[in-house]
Amino acid sequence: MSSPSAALDVAASVVPRKRWLSKQNWERIVSILILLPSIIALAIFVYGFISWTGFVSLTAWNTTRPDFTFVGLANYATLFVGGGIDMIRFHYDIRNLIGFTFFFLVSCILIGFLLATLLDRKIRGEGIFRSIFLFPMAISFIVTGVAWRWILTPGDPTTGAIGINLLLENIGLGALQSRWFTDPFVYHIAADSGLGQFLTSVGLGGLANKSVGYAAAITSLVIAAAWQMSGYTMALYLAGIRSIPDDLREAARVDGASEWQVYRHIIIPLLSPVTLTVVIILAHISLKIFDLVVSMTGGQSGGFATDMPAVNMWETTFDGTHFAQGASIAMILLLLVGTLIIPYLVWQTRQEER
Amino acid sequence: MAAFAPARRRKPFHWTRILIYAILILFCIWYLVPVYILVVASLKSQAEALQMATMWNLPKILGVRSFIIAWNGSTTPPETLGLSQGFMNSLRIAIPATIISTFIGSINGYVLSKWKFRGADFIFTLMLFGMFIPYQSILIPLVVAYQTFTSWTGIPMFSQIHGVIVAHIIYGIPICTLIFRNYYSQLPTEMVEAARIDGANFFSIYRQILLPLSQPAFVVVLIWQFTSAWNDFLFGITLANTPSVYPVTVSLNNIAGSFHVPYNVQMAAALITALPPLLVYVLLGRYFIRGLMAGSLKG
Repeated sequence: MSSPSAALDVAASVVPRKRWLSKQNWERIVSILILLPSIIALAIFVYGFISWTGFVSLTAWNTTRPDFTFVGLANYATLFVGGGIDMIRFHYDIRNLIGFTFFFLVSCILIGFLLATLLDRKIRGEGIFRSIFLFPMAISFIVTGVAWRWILTPGDPTTGAIGINLLLENIGLGALQSRWFTDPFVYHIAADSGLGQFLTSVGLGGLANKSVGYAAAITSLVIAAAWQMSGYTMALYLAGIRSIPDDLREAARVDGASEWQVYRHIIIPLLSPVTLTVVIILAHISLKIFDLVVSMTGGQSGGFATDMPAVNMWETTFDGTHFAQGASIAMILLLLVGTLIIPYLVWQTRQEER
Repeated sequence: MAAFAPARRRKPFHWTRILIYAILILFCIWYLVPVYILVVASLKSQAEALQMATMWNLPKILGVRSFIIAWNGSTTPPETLGLSQGFMNSLRIAIPATIISTFIGSINGYVLSKWKFRGADFIFTLMLFGMFIPYQSILIPLVVAYQTFTSWTGIPMFSQIHGVIVAHIIYGIPICTLIFRNYYSQLPTEMVEAARIDGANFFSIYRQILLPLSQPAFVVVLIWQFTSAWNDFLFGITLANTPSVYPVTVSLNNIAGSFHVPYNVQMAAALITALPPLLVYVLLGRYFIRGLMAGSLKG
């Protein structure tokens, strides 16, 4: 047990190991110390602040003077029930958010996928096309909003048709003229219509309401947002298509598959992870949409026709000084984004480990 | 379309080929319409700009007066605040915010890729969440924290350029860290191991091995951060709510939101605002797109 050779062995293994360990330990500590400021900053500015917003949303702080009286879920209740203006506005926000997200996603995916498949066909000047499709991503939503607001300004009797409407008139498509983002019309089931009366009679009267429908003005936001983001979708799809080995497609063609079948059975299924990424990235941008709405329609659309939760939150909080009410909208927004992003982050992390 | 695929290979200019180009060009027009209207409108004189019936026409006389008014503002009616102050403020915000957050991202990425400790990936995932949150969920505490900080230290934060910079730096950490971490992960760890055996320490490995190899990642992150800081509106409008510290996006929104400002001036202001990121895009587009892709997490 205490033979000389054993003692030597111990010495041989301990001495260098101790030195190695101490250097290792020291550098490990340094590396963590380097990361620590960022960790602390994000712990406070992301997680701490979110918790604080959550706390504020449960208080009575709805004036300029902070008031941290606990009121439970009262601020949330105001948004969902009670019939006040806050509730109506929030219901319209959710209606607009759903309509916008749906059409924004559909148009970006269709345009992005179409352009990516076309660009993949050995196109001359592919680089130029790509640059043109993608440049809107470089500029601010505010610029996009200003430009599209002008293009989509419908005009009035004193000015005559303006923008797109003028263009449509000039090419004989006057029938397609629209009031664009100034349109107060909401597609919904009228309560006094036959269907509305039927729904009411079966206890679903809530569906025959302006807060269940689609506001026509949202289309203008979709056009501008898809203009900005569809090129990005194209780039994601193109990268995805290019990562599919050519042999796979060639093999299918040799086996007699038509181009359509190659897409249907090989390319589209292999692109489903890209589609998932596209859906999550676009949907989370859509949920947070703020700048574009402010610059495009800020205060111009009647009846909250283009209002969104993020805009409502900002106005309620900083214009209206209803801090607790604003915090409750922010928390709902965070919940929506979180249910989308957290599984995505977990999925991505798992994929990386593989 | 399917049936014509083999024919396409024999005859390169089959009509499906023409159709493909036609669709692509049609989309190009759609993407370029706002650029056309911005340029055309901003080059028109006031009088010509007022003729709505010709708003899609090229200007009869080229003029840059609208750019001058958009930049300097106008004291004669219709009174307009200029964009110049906001433009300069955005430079004063975006440049330091970009440099500092890029540096932080680089060193964080180094630790998270080459000095992985237990739980490093978990910490990294927690950091990443910060780049997806709606900033509305942190705005109220951010404003309160700035005010509290000022009452404790006497250093003003709210409505200050440096207050906006701090927000951009902190909320920029996740994306900067992500891009650098993914980039450094691709560099062989053996290189680091070998240097360590040769006696290099934590800092010398970073300085002598990783930094010289980091140039592409630096370009990507610098571009990305500059563009996002320049294009930011939410932090600007919340944290810098005094005209003297407005960033350019807020100035533009005010100019465009005012009904008195003639639209040729509005369009000129929009063009000026879009110019720096567009310039970056034209000169360094390749790197910009890489940053864009990183935003979807896949390195």
